[in-house]
Amino acid sequence: MAIQTSINGKAVALSAEPDTPLLWVIREELGLTGTKFGCGMAACGACTVHVDGEPARSCSIPVSDVAGKSITTIEGLKSADGTLHAVQQAWISAQVPQCGYCQSGQIMAAVALIEKTGSPSDAQIDEAMTNLCRCGTYPRIRKAIRTATGQAAQAVEGAV
Amino acid sequence: MADNPTPDIAPAPPVKRKGVKRRAFLIGGVAIVGAGLFGISIADSNAAKDAKTRITGEGEHSFATWLKISEDDVITIYSPHTDIGQGSNTGLAQMLAEELDATWEQVRIVSAPAESAFANVGLGRGFLAEMSGQPAIINGIPQSFLSFVARQMNLQITGGSTALRFTGQVTFQKVGAATRLALIETAAKRLNAPVGELTTQDSHVVHAKSGRSLRYGELAAEAATLSLDNAPTLKDPSQYRLVRQSMQRLDLPAKVDGSAQYGMDFAMPGMRVATIMAAPVRGGKLTSVDTAPALAIKGVEKVIKLDDAVAVIGKGYWPAISGLRALAPSFSDGGNAGISTASIFKAHDALIAKGEAEGEAGDGDVQAALGAKPIMAKYQVPFLHHAMMEPFALTAQFKDGKLDIWGGMQDPLATKMMAVEVSGLDADNVTFHPMIIGGSFGRRLPMYMEIVGQVTKLAMQLPYPVKLIWSREEEVAQGAYRPQSSAVLTAAITDQKRIAAYRNDYAQPESAESETVFPYSLPAVSRRHFAHVSNQTTGAWRSVNSTQQGFYNESFMDELAHAAGEDPVTFRRNHLKADSRYLRVLDEVAVRSGWGSPLPAGRGRGVALVESFKTIVAHVVEASVGEDGMPKVHKVTTVVDAGSIVNPDAAMAQIEGGTIMGLSSAIGEAITLEKGAVQQSNLSDYPLMTMAQSPLVQDIHFLNSGAPMGGIGEPGVPPAAPALANALFAATGKRVRNLPIMTQAKG
Repeated sequence: MAIQTSINGKAVALSAEPDTPLLWVIREELGLTGTKFGCGMAACGACTVHVDGEPARSCSIPVSDVAGKSITTIEGLKSADGTLHAVQQAWISAQVPQCGYCQSGQIMAAVALIEKTGSPSDAQIDEAMTNLCRCGTYPRIRKAIRTATGQAAQAVEGAV
Repeated sequence: MADNPTPDIAPAPPVKRKGVKRRAFLIGGVAIVGAGLFGISIADSNAAKDAKTRITGEGEHSFATWLKISEDDVITIYSPHTDIGQGSNTGLAQMLAEELDATWEQVRIVSAPAESAFANVGLGRGFLAEMSGQPAIINGIPQSFLSFVARQMNLQITGGSTALRFTGQVTFQKVGAATRLALIETAAKRLNAPVGELTTQDSHVVHAKSGRSLRYGELAAEAATLSLDNAPTLKDPSQYRLVRQSMQRLDLPAKVDGSAQYGMDFAMPGMRVATIMAAPVRGGKLTSVDTAPALAIKGVEKVIKLDDAVAVIGKGYWPAISGLRALAPSFSDGGNAGISTASIFKAHDALIAKGEAEGEAGDGDVQAALGAKPIMAKYQVPFLHHAMMEPFALTAQFKDGKLDIWGGMQDPLATKMMAVEVSGLDADNVTFHPMIIGGSFGRRLPMYMEIVGQVTKLAMQLPYPVKLIWSREEEVAQGAYRPQSSAVLTAAITDQKRIAAYRNDYAQPESAESETVFPYSLPAVSRRHFAHVSNQTTGAWRSVNSTQQGFYNESFMDELAHAAGEDPVTFRRNHLKADSRYLRVLDEVAVRSGWGSPLPAGRGRGVALVESFKTIVAHVVEASVGEDGMPKVHKVTTVVDAGSIVNPDAAMAQIEGGTIMGLSSAIGEAITLEKGAVQQSNLSDYPLMTMAQSPLVQDIHFLNSGAPMGGIGEPGVPPAAPALANALFAATGKRVRNLPIMTQAKG
């Protein structure tokens, strides 16, 4: 039986087996490859999407769990006219990505953090941004989150 | 060193010098010894013609293999490098577009086809120049011959921090400049104006006197028929408008909206997905497997047995991995079950104690100068895993006698040639399609790309295209690791607090000599390599041997400073040549970091200075030990002398990331072996540094000394581990000699 859900604002009926992780349904059934496979055990966050607005690691959520829920992937962040989300724009101004593979997940985590906190402190950034980046783009991710929320670009030690 | 007891190691007896090893040029499986290259010439015109036919379409015109100008003014550059995230393609485009005077907004850079016509001549030339230390002589080697060598070696590699300094400086700047001259020559005829009155700007040739100008696009067809100047004059740096500017990276828009297509993302109609498990003990073979449990899973289509691995093919990754996990394959151990982390260290100790070195380098009579009571310390570092965020994924299709492979590899041309070899097909029937790479750090090099052979073998027996994905578990267990390595450092210090003799005895598979530069001027130095090979595949890990050698030497220099009762910066200064680049970098980092100024309780500062890939980097790390006993890095101050920088912001990003990767490996990363197999299984037990653990402040400065351009992707890594260990010593008095540090500095 098809699983009914909503992806990036569109209603979809998914035919995958119920135990299939949401990640593979997004990537292989829907062809939305911006959401990445990194570890398969929710350790790295490359597969982060929003489920009902909350950040979630889609590699470890059976698709049956998202029936009736609303899912947003990196492809759904742009506005209808194609304008990048403010966080995506901040990612470009801070020149965050290197290899870029983890950045869809990082951006989804950052958007969720900003929606929740408005203007996150460095401590809140540390707590929420647990996605891994092997290229070591953490200082720029922090900078992009700060500038996207109208804070000074540079973190200052002791101000946490 | 009262709080730092000397380990119980006997000084190694002296070895007979085996003479300086000839430094062979060993890439892509072909070894060429430097001197053999001179005085041979082979015509190169066929390669250029071949390149032209592969890249030019209607209204497009090719220049010197690497460049194409379309009649609507789009400039397309074909890069023989794979941009693995370091931004090198943007830098290469800046260098070529600068000399060409191209309009930046109309410049594109794409991967060169993985064909021998696009073998990287400039890279071969750069390696030779660096190897011989005589660029002037190398510059005399006929271009045609170098091009032939590069093609013979399938040279299309990205590594060694070479893209801009070799390909950029040796080839791309000249291609841009020579093409510009051909466009001017063509315009001179059309405008009936002397060449000397023509200038170029924004992809136009301009004749200011008559107020006329011509677009590059309208000159391209005719200019492409001219033979290019082989030695065009390059711009004076004072004229630069693109180089030395922080141009935004060309690849980033597609990396923030999910549209960038990595090898993992490739899909085509009818494609199936496979995943694989190779013998957990490297060297073992597949002995038996009952395929029924996998085939019982919905969506699994096939189980394929390879010599040393079993693969499951399914409609998607989930059925494939579920099928693989349902299997209980038996593998032999290849006689390697006795190998463990401990057994390797034990073998290192025995080799060094025995004193029969594989190779030796250095100056002076070290043994005599060490005297009777030298200072000694033993250091050990583990295997390190690359842990790039994108696991291996290649798609292959064998159809109508032709094999096509899609994915991201650091050497596309060598990838193709490996598939040629495994498939038994002619090179003309095998095509590799390079895609974006989700990190590499040395993992996707041709010497150890098992997945290329695997996917080729699968595709050759399947009637449909197959994407082979390595699970993260497979990726961690079957790495091409930075080698596990040990070193015994021995030195003697005079009453004047000067090092009289210094010996570095290290054990690992390969000599570290070609990547290691020892910056200090000492009366007697010896570096001895003791060769020990385990069953693991070892390879290049970002900055290669410079990481472990940097850790050994810069930790030991710190120990010697303390033994001498001298400040670590002062002690290093006293062993560096006056007016040297090293000294300038060290002095600058001391000033910038506030070296010597008071710190909050519990914190210490540590310094380390390492040259790698012709770039000198010094870090000062401020660190403490957290409540959990793990190191906490508060701040890193860095000074870099890479000679000159093409894109300051992109270079900054490489140093930021390299520093974090170095700290990450020092604090928590280790691949360990038991019974011949890797014990780590995923990123859960191979911990990478997180945002919260990374330094809140990285203060990075570049000294553009004007020395020949060094690399930038790798040199930030090596000084990170020793600077951190030295900072922890300053904070706690505990000397950590074995990596990873974990809780070793805990009080």
